[in-house]
Amino acid sequence: MPVISFRDAVNQALHEEMERDPNVILLGEDVSGGAGGSSGERDAAGGIFGVSKGLITKYGEQRVIDTPISESAIIGAGAGAALAGLRPISELMFADFVGVCMDQIYNQIAKFRYMFGGKTRCPIVIRTATGAGMNMGAQHSQTIYNLLTAVPGLKIVVPSNAYDAKGLLKSAIRDDDPVVFFEHKALYPRKCEVPEEEYLIPIGEAAMPREGDDATVVAIGRMVVFAEKALDKLKEDGITADLIDPRSLSPLDEEMIFESLEHTGRLVIVDESPPRCSVASDIAGIVASKAFASLKAPVKLVTAPHTPVPFAKELERAYVPGPDRIEAAIREVIQ
Amino acid sequence: MADLSRDQLLHAYRQMKTIREFEERLHLEIQTGEIPGFTHLYAGQEAVAVGVCEHLDDDDYIVSTHRGHGHCIAKGCDVIGMMKEIYGRADGLCKGKGGSMHIADFDKGMLGANAIVGGGPPIAVGSAIACKIRGDGKVSVAFGGDGSCNQGTVFEAMNMAVVLQVPTIFVFEDNGYSEHTGTSYAVGSNDIAGRAAGFGMPAVKCDGADFFAVYEAMGEAIERARSGGGPSTVECTITRFYGHFEGDPQNYRAKDEVERFRETKDCLKNFRKNVEKNGLLDISDLDKIDTEVLDLIEEAVKAAKAAPTPKPEDVLTDVYINYA
Repeated sequence: MPVISFRDAVNQALHEEMERDPNVILLGEDVSGGAGGSSGERDAAGGIFGVSKGLITKYGEQRVIDTPISESAIIGAGAGAALAGLRPISELMFADFVGVCMDQIYNQIAKFRYMFGGKTRCPIVIRTATGAGMNMGAQHSQTIYNLLTAVPGLKIVVPSNAYDAKGLLKSAIRDDDPVVFFEHKALYPRKCEVPEEEYLIPIGEAAMPREGDDATVVAIGRMVVFAEKALDKLKEDGITADLIDPRSLSPLDEEMIFESLEHTGRLVIVDESPPRCSVASDIAGIVASKAFASLKAPVKLVTAPHTPVPFAKELERAYVPGPDRIEAAIREVIQ
Repeated sequence: MADLSRDQLLHAYRQMKTIREFEERLHLEIQTGEIPGFTHLYAGQEAVAVGVCEHLDDDDYIVSTHRGHGHCIAKGCDVIGMMKEIYGRADGLCKGKGGSMHIADFDKGMLGANAIVGGGPPIAVGSAIACKIRGDGKVSVAFGGDGSCNQGTVFEAMNMAVVLQVPTIFVFEDNGYSEHTGTSYAVGSNDIAGRAAGFGMPAVKCDGADFFAVYEAMGEAIERARSGGGPSTVECTITRFYGHFEGDPQNYRAKDEVERFRETKDCLKNFRKNVEKNGLLDISDLDKIDTEVLDLIEEAVKAAKAAPTPKPEDVLTDVYINYA
């Protein structure tokens, strides 16, 4: 089976879906790049992270649309295209830019289906680069899914590996509801096996990349990678855990968490977002209200601090929850 | 003057009259307390909605505003379904989930009234992208007020429409007030069309109380859009006969302002004068329409009052997950 990067897996998903359905379009800043440039090269960028490389060559300027730096119009145009029967993918270069276009996301696309009495759907995908780890500072490093998971009507997908990214993005593009698809910048070069034949991963089903007995670890996005490292270390001491990757934060696969907790009774939740009103605190609340009887110990949250994301390497490393903090939390919760 | 058949003229008048009577009746009904929420009446601005939408088919798109009843009626939304929606009834156009500010009818190309000022124009650019990709000559119209022309989203939408050369027509209805603040104060240049022209598209101004002026200005813009000539802007100077919302004491308006405008800027009176002077229609035909429209509005109010209210459990439907 081919081993490819997260970046290439997303690229493949985009190619396959644009090939399959002529209604799929991609719009955003520099999604091809080069429009109006002096070199005349029209596949000059393929997105700031090279994720949409090659699409303009194949599908043309009508469907691969370089936009001005106008985030509200990028999301809004996606919304209008979706209402008019297309399946747009609006790329928000960095998740932080949600701050510029929040209205279009949470007052518009999230509400159309409900507010208009179910008379329409809004099949838009917002693809966006999320997370810290590349020293991009306070306005290019946030997770943001903590804010959007709170919005009724949005589906929130946060894949942790290339295989899931491809299968989930293809499902997102075919979904009739708006999906915000978070691609962690630090995961782009990470590789794993991705089959050549087509597959879809349903949105709303968690994955369990590790199984164990002593604890349940729920980790989101890049935190899955760090949790695996922590579990590798703990294995030396005979400590094992179920590792749950929710893959989508809404809908959330609560059942897998509850079932695991019936077995382990101990829960660690790892999230790169600040702690208050976060996905981590939300999952802790859900477990407290629906699966309290399974708990043998207080739930442990491993999160970023309640600060903006800092710039310097040492500070950013201290900000992002790492394998050591996850390992310590698991040791604490099983005591 | 635009070349309109007798049937077209009668239809345009009927649409304007329907909007007027719909709003005048709402103004009275709201005072009974039976209509919930927040309502913004379109009375006085009818020639704009109708002058625009008489050029459009069901396959053309519009996005509307918080003051959207007129756009909905002009685009062909069912008047009875609209009235039921405004009353919050289960069989309203949006099943009582939208209300006055969120009426939509996708079969009619009406992509939704929008309660966020400036929320609609980016969406109209998107539906115009769809028109351009399909190459079917359809267009997308973004209605907005003088208030919306100060929103960044509208600037983004106008620029993107020019950059992508999509068939969007931005229609600005300058009714003199952004909520309770005058256009002359809030629009720095006091020239909305001039702003649009600055983005690189043809932009014209017209008298929004004159159906024929709006129809003609829109005709050129739509013809350009349908034939691949890209976006345009039409700025219509108009007034509203009521407040920003129903219940607005309108302390910002001179006492005789509305009265004066009802005398001089009433598009229905203007239309009647015009067709009579030019011998285009018999006034008796218009009187007949007046009676029919009043009957329709009466029927709509009766139907809305009698319609079933939504069931409480319907709060959980029309969303992919509710975590209930």
